[in-house]
Amino acid sequence: MVDILKRNKALSVNPLKASQPIGGSLATLGFNRAMPMLHGSQGCTAFAKVFFVRHFREPIPLQSTAMDQGSSVMGADENVREGIKTIAEKSRPALITILTTGLAETQGADVHRNVREFKDANPEFADIAVVGVNTPDFTGSVETGYAATLTEILRAVVPDAKTAGTYPGKRKKQVNVLASYILTPGDLEALRDIFEQFQLRPVFIPDISDSLDGCLTDEDFSPVTIGGTPLSELLTVGDALATVVIGESLHKAADVLQEKTGVPTYALGHLYGLKANDALISALVEISGRDVPERIERQRAQLQDAMLDTHFMLGQLRIAIAADADLLSAFVDLVQEMGAEVVTAVTSCNVPLLAKIPVATIKIGDLEDMEVSGREHKAQLVIGNSHAVDTSERLGVPILRAGFPLYDIIGGYQKTWIGYRGTRQTLFDLANLVINFSHEEIAAYRSIYGQKPASELTDYPPSCH
Amino acid sequence: MKSTKDIAVLLDEPACEHNKKEKSGCAKPKPGASAGGCAFDGAQIALLPIADVAHIVHGPIACAGSSWDNRGTRSSGATLYRIGMTTDLTEQDIVMGRAEKRLFHAIKQAIDTYSPPAVFIYNTCVPALIGDDINAVCKSAQERWGVPVVPIDSAGFYGTKNLGNRIAGDAMVNHVIGTRDPDPLPEADRTNFPAVTPNFKVHDVNLVGEYNIAGEFWHVLPLLDELGLRILCTLSGDARFREVQTMHKAEVNMMVCSKAMVNVARKLNQQYGTPWFEGSFYGITDTSQSLRDFAKALNDDDLTARTEALILREETRIRKELEPWKERLKGKRVLLFTGGVKSWSVISALQDLGMVVVATGTKKSTEEDKARIRELMGEDTVMIDDGSPRALLKIVHDYKADILIAGGRNMYTALKAKVPFLDINQEREFGYEGYRGMLELVRQLALTIESPVWEAVRAPAPWKSKAQKAAVTSTVECA
Repeated sequence: MVDILKRNKALSVNPLKASQPIGGSLATLGFNRAMPMLHGSQGCTAFAKVFFVRHFREPIPLQSTAMDQGSSVMGADENVREGIKTIAEKSRPALITILTTGLAETQGADVHRNVREFKDANPEFADIAVVGVNTPDFTGSVETGYAATLTEILRAVVPDAKTAGTYPGKRKKQVNVLASYILTPGDLEALRDIFEQFQLRPVFIPDISDSLDGCLTDEDFSPVTIGGTPLSELLTVGDALATVVIGESLHKAADVLQEKTGVPTYALGHLYGLKANDALISALVEISGRDVPERIERQRAQLQDAMLDTHFMLGQLRIAIAADADLLSAFVDLVQEMGAEVVTAVTSCNVPLLAKIPVATIKIGDLEDMEVSGREHKAQLVIGNSHAVDTSERLGVPILRAGFPLYDIIGGYQKTWIGYRGTRQTLFDLANLVINFSHEEIAAYRSIYGQKPASELTDYPPSCH
Repeated sequence: MKSTKDIAVLLDEPACEHNKKEKSGCAKPKPGASAGGCAFDGAQIALLPIADVAHIVHGPIACAGSSWDNRGTRSSGATLYRIGMTTDLTEQDIVMGRAEKRLFHAIKQAIDTYSPPAVFIYNTCVPALIGDDINAVCKSAQERWGVPVVPIDSAGFYGTKNLGNRIAGDAMVNHVIGTRDPDPLPEADRTNFPAVTPNFKVHDVNLVGEYNIAGEFWHVLPLLDELGLRILCTLSGDARFREVQTMHKAEVNMMVCSKAMVNVARKLNQQYGTPWFEGSFYGITDTSQSLRDFAKALNDDDLTARTEALILREETRIRKELEPWKERLKGKRVLLFTGGVKSWSVISALQDLGMVVVATGTKKSTEEDKARIRELMGEDTVMIDDGSPRALLKIVHDYKADILIAGGRNMYTALKAKVPFLDINQEREFGYEGYRGMLELVRQLALTIESPVWEAVRAPAPWKSKAQKAAVTSTVECA
């Protein structure tokens, strides 16, 4: 049974957590012709924008209700309505999400009422889906904000099976895939490939591999997302054979979808490691009624071979991980499958999944907590985002960069972690970090009676590979 | 929370030329069509480079969580500024009114763990709205633990980034500057510099608004050392708390490039009678001018003579080194969009290289800035107020610009439109200041303008161009 250690410091030092509106924005950005608008002061949006631009190295559509002193005190209903209208008129997007911030929630904003009022007053914009979501900064994290926003979008846009006349299996190849924030654009591309090998057509919800994959288009500028799940796809998700949900954080969203459509759900926690991918492939066999394609069999065998090759480096390796729950759980499973030991697990907020993660303790905290615990437990490797690079340097151990944000490397957003192939590459990456940086050598001993030349007696600094 | 009156006082900046126009201060943002940061953003940007201070952001996670460790500013020693600190307020704190208490303990924790010379507290929207009295908390924390604790009341909804810069400057003037006298002049080792003249005298000066982005101020600082100008403090690049404390003792202040913290220069002038001038270290002409302005303001003939000698030496050297680059960049057309603040200083740097500035952004420029731009570029200069991506790209095409020079936020506007780009704002990773910085600037300009990638990304795939040719041929045949 895992011991969940609550926050016990007044000051958060080197935060791991990013706020809910960041997660909500990311979920929105996975839909085609979408625009997230944060309900707060201008800075809320500016910071979120910089966060994504540095990670994806892409222009990021993101707007603000621009609350000022007057509207913060007197009420900002007009800001919300005016903001929606301005975006609707200027860019005519397919989807606008209104994501509340700490400021709006503290003030007592009711965005759902504002959205209703806007819709009533502006029937000319009836074709635009406008969805309000409560994502205050003072609770939750990227993970919860992402899940809440996806849930609200499904609730607002997906029609009931009865009214829409959809029924499960009408589209014989379609499978809905609810995709957690831990899946990168590279992951989604790999996943599409796996589904297609089973002759299935996956509909990713949302699909950042189509909007944030770093693609040069003919259009030189667009104020809204180019690519992503088209909202029209949401109207026919009820006709799919099945829904595969990846990420425990999205189980509630999956429930909403199943309730509305009756399409059966296959729930998976993540796709890191042999077991998790076996579960995916078994589900696809069941859904498609087909045998496992030979190429996938071969990739599985390649992974097994890589597991043998790398277990020498990864066995008993003491690892410190800092990540939101879905990602933490994925890495814990992956490295434990290899015989490594998770000595430090830090996450940003308390969610039900934590209780199921098979480690001794999980600390709800920051990167300082990881540093302290990592030092205490003599961690040999760190897994975390770019902020944790300084932490790993102070601990004197290598880091595997993962999660959000990754701003000190190019193309981090595109890395493929999942599937047998992605797992194999991750194992290689981990093992190489150990071989190159973390190998513990026996300290040289010089005999007091030795006859080595005198020139060798000066102390050399230990070699850094 | 600041009252509307407090904010109005901050917006009314007599030393800022925007004040003379109908709309004083800065325009109100429009919901759904706004860009740019908030007052907290501006305050943090202005002060975070003070490297040995514990910077605590008082608020929920959003303010610090997505912004800490996010600047190109560099320190020559202390690194505490790179440690992100926030009270990370929870719903419980806000509902139960525990935010002040958490802040109080947070200050203690920062002092216990890091023993900083001072703690800065940045107030943000949520605690401002629920009425946290951060001034009182800072005061009692300071009394209790004997470390200066400075409140910076910078809730985002007070206004723009620019207002935040002023709030930050105000906090320094009110709480920090004047609390310590400068160290006695040290026995400096001047062996690296030419012989000292008989009348040689060291002068104490400040730089306000110099952020040491990518360490670029270190191109300039050796020259100031050589001239005998002791920088008591740069507000705030590579600064330390104990340096900020002594700023009142300077003989002259230089406002570097931007007007963002002009209130500091004005107030130091009012309270301590320190004269100030505005200058820039971008480009050969402006760097030399700034050095001359120091000598002039300090009214020291010996310094003037040595300054002229130094300028002659440095200009001769850099112009020779730039010669091969000038050949490559001469006549290249630039669209400069800096939001306006630093336009004129960058224009002169580009003109030094023989480049043609076809248009420039003036959204934030003052009337005086604009006059200066006209002086540099001629009367029919295109001045851009609309900084939307579409408008910028249109000007790039209409005026056949070879490169867009702008802030990082416009980088992808340019790249997605397959237009060469140079980042000029604070997030950049290269230093362009001083004579030496010009070499880095030309290298970066040539690197992007001459890159072979533009042809690779602009040309259609070979099978597409064949198909087009085929289509053209068949059309011709039909005709």
